[in-house]
Amino acid sequence: MATKVLERKPLSLAEQTYLPQILGGMKITLRNMFKPPVTLEYPDERPDIPEGYRGVPTLVKDPNGREKCVSCQLCEFVCPPRAIRITPGEIDAESDTAHVEKAPKEFEINMLRCIYCGFCQEVCPEEAIFLQDIFSLSGYSREELVYQKDKLYELGGTLPDQHYKWDRKREAELAGNPHH
Amino acid sequence: MSTMSDDNKQDTVTIYVDDQPVEVPAGINLVEAVAVAGKEVPHYCYHPKLSVVGNCRMCLVEMGTPGRDRATGEPMLDEEGNPKIMWVPKPVIGCATNVSPGMHVKTESSLVKDCREGVMEFLLVNHPLDCPICDQAGECRLQEFATDYGRGYSRFVEQKNVKPKRTRIGPRVTLDDERCILCSRCIRFCEEVADDPVLGFIDRGSYTTLTTFPGKELDNNYSLNTVDICPVGALTSTDFRFKMRVWFLKETPSIDTESSVGCNTVVGSREGTIYRITPRRNDAVNDTWMPDSGRTLYRQVDADDRMTQYSIEGRPCAAEEALTLASTYLRNGRSAIVASGRLSVEEQYLLTRIASHAPGETPAWLVARHAEGDGKLLSADRNPNVRGALVTGLIDRIPEAQLSQLSAALESGKVENLIVVGEDITQAGISIDQIKKANVVYIGAVHCDTAQYAKVEIPLLTVFEKAGSFINQQFRVQKFAQAVPGPKGVLFGLSNFTQLLAAVSDGKDRIEPSPAAVWTEMAAAIDEFKELSFSAIPSTGQLIPADRFADLPFVEGKSLHFEPRTAVADA
Ligand code: SF4
Ligand code: SF4
Ligand code: SF4
Ligand code: SF4
Ligand code: FES
Repeated sequence: MATKVLERKPLSLAEQTYLPQILGGMKITLRNMFKPPVTLEYPDERPDIPEGYRGVPTLVKDPNGREKCVSCQLCEFVCPPRAIRITPGEIDAESDTAHVEKAPKEFEINMLRCIYCGFCQEVCPEEAIFLQDIFSLSGYSREELVYQKDKLYELGGTLPDQHYKWDRKREAELAGNPHH
Repeated sequence: MSTMSDDNKQDTVTIYVDDQPVEVPAGINLVEAVAVAGKEVPHYCYHPKLSVVGNCRMCLVEMGTPGRDRATGEPMLDEEGNPKIMWVPKPVIGCATNVSPGMHVKTESSLVKDCREGVMEFLLVNHPLDCPICDQAGECRLQEFATDYGRGYSRFVEQKNVKPKRTRIGPRVTLDDERCILCSRCIRFCEEVADDPVLGFIDRGSYTTLTTFPGKELDNNYSLNTVDICPVGALTSTDFRFKMRVWFLKETPSIDTESSVGCNTVVGSREGTIYRITPRRNDAVNDTWMPDSGRTLYRQVDADDRMTQYSIEGRPCAAEEALTLASTYLRNGRSAIVASGRLSVEEQYLLTRIASHAPGETPAWLVARHAEGDGKLLSADRNPNVRGALVTGLIDRIPEAQLSQLSAALESGKVENLIVVGEDITQAGISIDQIKKANVVYIGAVHCDTAQYAKVEIPLLTVFEKAGSFINQQFRVQKFAQAVPGPKGVLFGLSNFTQLLAAVSDGKDRIEPSPAAVWTEMAAAIDEFKELSFSAIPSTGQLIPADRFADLPFVEGKSLHFEPRTAVADA
């Protein structure tokens, strides 16, 4: 193998003093000393979460307080790590929302499995599950991090609704058919 | 290309589906014929086992036949000498058009596509947005065809019709009228198959509604078949309602154990839990139907009285211990066997093999379960596999309901050890005192009085937890597969029997605990099974020669696809 001998250039006088380098470094240090900080004092300070952020998946209610999930189990099907587990149930015939017929009896998401992909939100035909702005989870046991229905609704809260699909369905049912 | 049968009629004809020649059976309609060609004519109201009504119009296709000159009757030819096709100027419905030689069909022309889009649009006009809460979702024809042949968007802005929802129309069926597409399959089924016409349309016009006749209920034992054939989620099973989405269900081919008809079934399970049982098409046995009563049999898997523990005199023990003690009994003293017509052929054969190692004669009985047959898919013999016991040589006559011979033998001390498999002999004329006289080994799936007084208890798997075969009333060997795992601690498959066999024979007679291995042995030992193997039995079953049993007075009467050979009629 051929070898090539590189010639090392002798250092110039300025270089030999190291002063230009030191000054260059000082400049950067000084500039940053007077710039506003880019880090946060987490956890005392919290970042602003941008829209569309994919945090913890949560279940939401509509502005009238109706639980929107109808336990169609599409999210359970689509969830890549199988974090969701739903036991479907029937809505009590006496209930105000009996016409919706179906709601989850149990709904759990294993947050240790969830990869925050957002597929559940995307697939949900009832707009009932949303990945909102919660990003920090902790717990003392694995069970604690399997979030149950209550907890998921608590975290999800209420979101605005564009459709009121079931309310309109109910109105139509009460109004009956025209010309009949 | 056509072949001729004896009566000189053509068996097959050649038609052209989108210009591709296909040979199809003569006399079938275009829906079936196009399916032979590997294409699909979407359809709702047509069902292969019901009469054709042609009311949904989804199956519209373009059709033409080779023209003939009116004057001479000669085939008309085009310039190139090919037969000239006289196209019907408007689309025709495929379900009510039977094939004829040389017929041309277009299933993909723009007219056909427009027709389908139009029909889909009309069907969806008043269809509710219920898919998220509809049990049919995932196996819904309307969903499938809307995606495959629909327009893809809705132009309908008016308010949809309101119709009754969540209506109970029978003990097992719930109806949602808004989802009904008025195909009338359910109505025709009730009239033509179930002989119980209770369904009809009222308020004809925009508000046509399916309902039961006044004072009537859809309560016959075949009512759930309407749920199966309903192409949409209008008719739903009350038992299965909201239990599980169908796309999660693992489908396992199985057999209905209710009677010797042996309806072919599909067991739908998810993660070891069974959710529903539906019929599996077998044109030689049950067509596409099954009785409602067979659909709840999966509950035996989690029954309260389910036995899951090996025990000796009521003390829980290891499987090995129980089987060893059972074999010690069998090897010392005179033994007898009470087997069950609900055991699989493999289990029955292994019992004969076990008996052959016991000293002296080892008589065996089955307990009969006779009831009235319904002439359809429930026969008079409510044991699914009496024929299996006959063919394997476990018994040589038709079983009786009372075990009087055994009772006498126990009384006189002629039988010292008794193996009871899957039957409660206290219900068959054996007293508890008599049971106490012998060393009784009870192998069964449920606790019962026999189990309580038995010396050894060995848990048995249900039909859903093992694979095997039954022989039905036609002497058709039909396979069933394992749908769910057995309860914890119970030996898998045929192990209870093969381990007992090994123990009785001092380890000399060993068979692997799989149906395939047992079939290898049976094929060698039993004439009827010669050259058969477990894997070679087709999914629709395999008929075996029945001449050896021609003289036996079987109790079955006439039922769907079955004529009794002997003159003994239904009770
Ligand atoms: S975000 Fe993704 S991983 Fe998490 S529950 Fe939804 S689908 Fe599953
Ligand atoms: S959250 Fe949405 S997708 Fe999941 S079960 Fe409920 S309705 Fe269906
Ligand atoms: S019948 Fe089919 S299309 Fe109609 S709501 Fe049910 S699943 Fe959806
Ligand atoms: S209930 Fe189902 S099977 Fe009966 S007419 Fe309506 S869509 Fe057809
Ligand atoms: S399937 Fe032909 S009209 Fe309905």
